[in-house]
Amino acid sequence: MTATTDPHIRDYSLTGTDTARAKATGLANAEWYHTDVPRKVMKDLMQRRDGPAIRDTAIWFAVLGLSAWGGIAFWGTWGAVPFWLIYGVMYGSACDSRWHECGHGTAFRTGWMNDVVYQIASFMVVRNPVTWRWSHARHHTDTIIVGRDPEIACMRPPNVFRLLMAYAGVIDMAESIRGIARQAGGTLTDGEKDYIPESERPKAILVARVHMAIYAATLALALATWSWIPLMLIGGPRIYGAWHMLMTGLIQHCGLAENVTDHRLNSRTVYMNPVSRWIYWNMNYHVEHHMFPMVPYHALPRLHEVLKHDLPAANPSIWDAYREAIPAVLRQAREPDYYIRKPLPATAQPYKMDTVNV
Amino acid sequence: MSDPVWTDVCDLDEIDEEDVMRFDHDGRTFAIYRAPDGTPFATDGLCSHEHVHLAGGLVMDDTIECPKHNGRFNYRTGAALRAPVCVNLATYPARIADGRIEILI
Ligand code: FES
Repeated sequence: MTATTDPHIRDYSLTGTDTARAKATGLANAEWYHTDVPRKVMKDLMQRRDGPAIRDTAIWFAVLGLSAWGGIAFWGTWGAVPFWLIYGVMYGSACDSRWHECGHGTAFRTGWMNDVVYQIASFMVVRNPVTWRWSHARHHTDTIIVGRDPEIACMRPPNVFRLLMAYAGVIDMAESIRGIARQAGGTLTDGEKDYIPESERPKAILVARVHMAIYAATLALALATWSWIPLMLIGGPRIYGAWHMLMTGLIQHCGLAENVTDHRLNSRTVYMNPVSRWIYWNMNYHVEHHMFPMVPYHALPRLHEVLKHDLPAANPSIWDAYREAIPAVLRQAREPDYYIRKPLPATAQPYKMDTVNV
Repeated sequence: MSDPVWTDVCDLDEIDEEDVMRFDHDGRTFAIYRAPDGTPFATDGLCSHEHVHLAGGLVMDDTIECPKHNGRFNYRTGAALRAPVCVNLATYPARIADGRIEILI
């Protein structure tokens, strides 16, 4: 575990001092460490299939449909609660992993299937499918590079209250809706303009308008029928069902290094129970995903077996990952330069340390 | 600029069918493909999105998927097919001569 003595004030904007610093020091668009994997093995791991994602998507929609039916049928009784809990997680959490994997284009072999599920999941997770495609590309180019990565969830020093409140889903939902509304009004931030090419911007504005129109129609229906049910079905689950997305997502990178070019230092692989892995589509193999984003979710457990001689030990459970991350994040409140540096097994190549915390 | 010449790349069987290989020549880098039917093709070696070698990617039918952000190109035409790639790749004629792949550069 490591801390340096002279913390600098971080500027997480994409147009500020740390952006210039990342470019000047070669951290932006850098060469990243990759474990050596024979081409034949990697080619086999990258192979695309429709079967697993068709099966999982059919189950997903079936569970969404049945839980929505139960929630409505038992509305006004305690019997409705378990149905809404399930619906909430299927809508407000499973959408994140579907958005993610279909955004990479790796879930299905057939392109249009990725695109359809990507559009639906983007709406559910309240992300503009155009802007977030570009934001996520940047996240992969410059993972947790301050001033470059637009998707850093745990900034330093951390806002602990905000991180805790994230579980309630309200802050993130409010900010996401505000962002989509702003885009629907035709405005993109300087940060968004930094990673979205000009030719894509009109599409981003159009899709934001479509999303806002659906929310407006949902709200109008709720008012017209004087019922909460439309809001429980659309939009609401992103608040009351987002906890699983946050539980799994926040341990991807929190407490680990910034400004490095080795995903073993800034990403975390965590063994999870099969239900969470299904909801999360195996993104618990997060070092593996960042190192080789071409490998589809259903092959990540196999990729893990191929890479694990070169990776720090995986956290054995979600609980263990939090036991590791929470003290680190609390310490970062006092020592922003502190981060967890895990030991590597004897079989691993040393960490690529050339640009750590510059 | 000098006239293009056929340049020797490798033995045909050094690249599997439906696969890709990196080829560096004269300070330039290329991606050399074999389609599922074995026909060779050649494009620029670097993705037009960022500085990434396409040879680490996945060949599926007539597309190459970039290993960094999963952008896709048609390697026969160089056409950019899927964001985040927006700019087409340059392509180069390729042929088989005496069991070896050659490209015209
Ligand atoms: S570098 Fe090829 S898609 Fe981004």
